[in-house]
Amino acid sequence: MTDFVPAGIQLSYLVAASLFILGLKELGSPATARRGNVLAAIGMFIAIVATLLDQQVLNYEMILVGIAIGSLLGTVMAQKVEMTAMPQMVGLLNGLGGGASTLVAMAEFWRLLGSSEPIAIDSTITMVLSVLIGGITLTGSLLAFAKLQELIGGSPIVFPLQRFLSFALVIVFLIGSVYLVMQPKDLTVFLGLTGISLMLGVLFVIPIGGADMPVVISLLNSFSGLAASAAGFVLMNNMLIISGALVGASGIILTQIMCKAMNRSLTNVLFSAFSKAKTKAGARASVDQTEKTVKSIDPEEGAMMLGYARSVVIIPGYGMAVAQAQHAVRELADQLERLGVDVKYAIHPVAGRMPGHMNVLLAEANVPYPQLHDMDDINPEFERTDVALVIGANDVVNPAARHDTGSPIYGMPILEVDKAQHTIVIKRGMSKGFAGVENELFYKDKTMMLFGSARDVVTELVSQVKQL
Amino acid sequence: MAEGLIAGLVVFVLASFVGFEVINKVPPTLHTPLMSGSNAISGIAVIGALLVSGAHEWNVTVILGLIAVILATINVVGGFLVTDRMLQMFKKKEVKA
Repeated sequence: MTDFVPAGIQLSYLVAASLFILGLKELGSPATARRGNVLAAIGMFIAIVATLLDQQVLNYEMILVGIAIGSLLGTVMAQKVEMTAMPQMVGLLNGLGGGASTLVAMAEFWRLLGSSEPIAIDSTITMVLSVLIGGITLTGSLLAFAKLQELIGGSPIVFPLQRFLSFALVIVFLIGSVYLVMQPKDLTVFLGLTGISLMLGVLFVIPIGGADMPVVISLLNSFSGLAASAAGFVLMNNMLIISGALVGASGIILTQIMCKAMNRSLTNVLFSAFSKAKTKAGARASVDQTEKTVKSIDPEEGAMMLGYARSVVIIPGYGMAVAQAQHAVRELADQLERLGVDVKYAIHPVAGRMPGHMNVLLAEANVPYPQLHDMDDINPEFERTDVALVIGANDVVNPAARHDTGSPIYGMPILEVDKAQHTIVIKRGMSKGFAGVENELFYKDKTMMLFGSARDVVTELVSQVKQL
Repeated sequence: MAEGLIAGLVVFVLASFVGFEVINKVPPTLHTPLMSGSNAISGIAVIGALLVSGAHEWNVTVILGLIAVILATINVVGGFLVTDRMLQMFKKKEVKA
């Protein structure tokens, strides 16, 4: 009987891994996505139940308590979180996954430390790798969470010798790893390596600005998968290796898509803050020299412009998410359509703080899918658009990306709202975008600013349009 | 032991290729659900956590393992539920459109 159990567990893993693959495939199409998610969840359930039958597992009470606590917290978080806070949520969950993988490797190290048998070289290598990837994922994700939640400032943080410090830490890590391979039972060195991994995660995310967050979140998503894989190598468990590889691949694909949308290479996104610091000083000086003026209007004028336009394109951005204005925006679009205005939405691939952020929010507000347009589709249409309504977007509509080689966002494909007949920008104040760049769009003659929180302003616009 | 490592590498590389093939064309609308869904799958680390925390007597390994169980379970449960919540909205919209 006992011989059948291990085989049964392996076969259950095979079923679970197949369900993960099917689930991910179905997640790629809107019609089947929900079922795909359920399939993957069933796969996870099977894998967990099968693992609990393993002979190594004896201590059920504490494990079940742990699962109960985790499930409760996970359920509450999933129910409570606002759709607008989804990037933080994904960032935090990434970090927890990475943290769990690190702890698994550490726990295994402690177990081997206590046993009399020697630790093999490949065990040491996989444990060090697992701690490295998991540790970077943990602290990197927590820092990304803190930036997105605005617990700390979102702009890139650069300090002197930062790059030197990172390189030095990597070198120390390599030396420590080699030492550990030779002296595998040295606890101090192992803990030191863990500490360095955690520091590297911080150093990795801290110089990256908010506008690049979609790239970072996707990359950390990939890392959380690789961390699970690495933990799988530590325990020689195929289920972990396969699942981690799948997630790693999906994260890499999303990272590539995001980089392409910004016309930048991954290394450029990750390391540009260092060189950025210099050029930015020059760019800022030139802006300060010429006193520029902005044209400010009130909602009544805005409503008139929108109501009597033939075509309006709405460009949502992070500001809409922060103000939770998506429902008000949808209502405004409804009112405008009632007046016969052609309303479309233009979605920049990196609008917001996460891949697909705006799509999720507008879906929550029941905006019909065909009204959402990708950057490539909508850009040629701006010349024929009467009013481009920018709601809380900044860097993705900054014309400086086209011509100002000194600008940090130079070269990024943008939504060309400055080509519309008129542009109305709803914004809280004249503060800079998450990338910390001045936006010359605001100073153009055709641009009108509507200051205020996105939700208040759009709600006011709705009531004004109703009276037209 | 080295054979085990190589067998693991074979599985890892092949699974990565499967991942790339399965996911390569995803519409922008589904980027977020794909990310949170695959994120939940990365919570598979829970299995590793279960395996290391199974011992009867209390020691550092078990304590670390149990913390890992809690973290990974939050990742799994939270990830799948929040993905479902999002996809539910997409579905509603499809019916309307």
